[in-house]
Amino acid sequence: MDLDFDVVDLGPADHPAVGEQAPEFTRPLVNDEYWADVALSELVARDDDPTVLVFHPMDGAFPATYVWKEIRDRAWHEDATVVGLSISTPYAHKQLIDERDLGDDYLLYSDPGNGVAEAYGIAHDADGMAGVSEPRPAVFVLDGDRTIEYAWVATQWPDFPDYDDVAAAIR
Amino acid sequence: MSNTDIVLYRLQACPFCERVVRRLQEYDLDYESRFVEPLHSERDAVKRLTGKRTVPAIVDATEGVTMSESANIVEYLDRVYGDGEGGAA
Repeated sequence: MDLDFDVVDLGPADHPAVGEQAPEFTRPLVNDEYWADVALSELVARDDDPTVLVFHPMDGAFPATYVWKEIRDRAWHEDATVVGLSISTPYAHKQLIDERDLGDDYLLYSDPGNGVAEAYGIAHDADGMAGVSEPRPAVFVLDGDRTIEYAWVATQWPDFPDYDDVAAAIR
Repeated sequence: MSNTDIVLYRLQACPFCERVVRRLQEYDLDYESRFVEPLHSERDAVKRLTGKRTVPAIVDATEGVTMSESANIVEYLDRVYGDGEGGAA
């Protein structure tokens, strides 16, 4: 079947690689009851599990919905601390947590200024939305001192993580 | 910042919460802000602590104190951390 549509080529991203330390940041971290500023270094050190940091498109449209439905179905929280990050506000994150039934198994960082994506070299401008920049879809698996054990960053838009690869990295 | 272990449960743009924030800042106290569910009926994180769903509420682990109502909290902060009243300030 010849589907007549285009994906956008984003080109290579200059992101931190496997073996390097993921950049530190502090942002409001939303759970199913409240949000508070939490440093990434504090989150990765909470237990011995690896941490999966999932950069995803803004809440409310199908990309974020698909990503969280898939992660929830695969129950990654049983093997890892799983935390999302998008430019959506904490209020929108609370709604996503409710709608996708993420409960207290998954956490979401809110970064409306997109500074974290900039620090990770994965910021891109949303086409047709003046002044709006968000992270490329990306997944980093981190150990307890933020060393990167697995990294994937989209080079086209839209794009989705290879969920089997991430699962292999946390098990 | 003073070395304290205070958690403040608050809402954005809640004047009673701001009153407590002002006092915490006045006494240069370190505190963690937890922004809770705007909908009163779903504010269970606060209810488990204080028995009520109202904010502001604080937990001061250093002193083993949990309380709500801004007037009570301000009075408490004045007493424990205020000038000339003993406490850590």
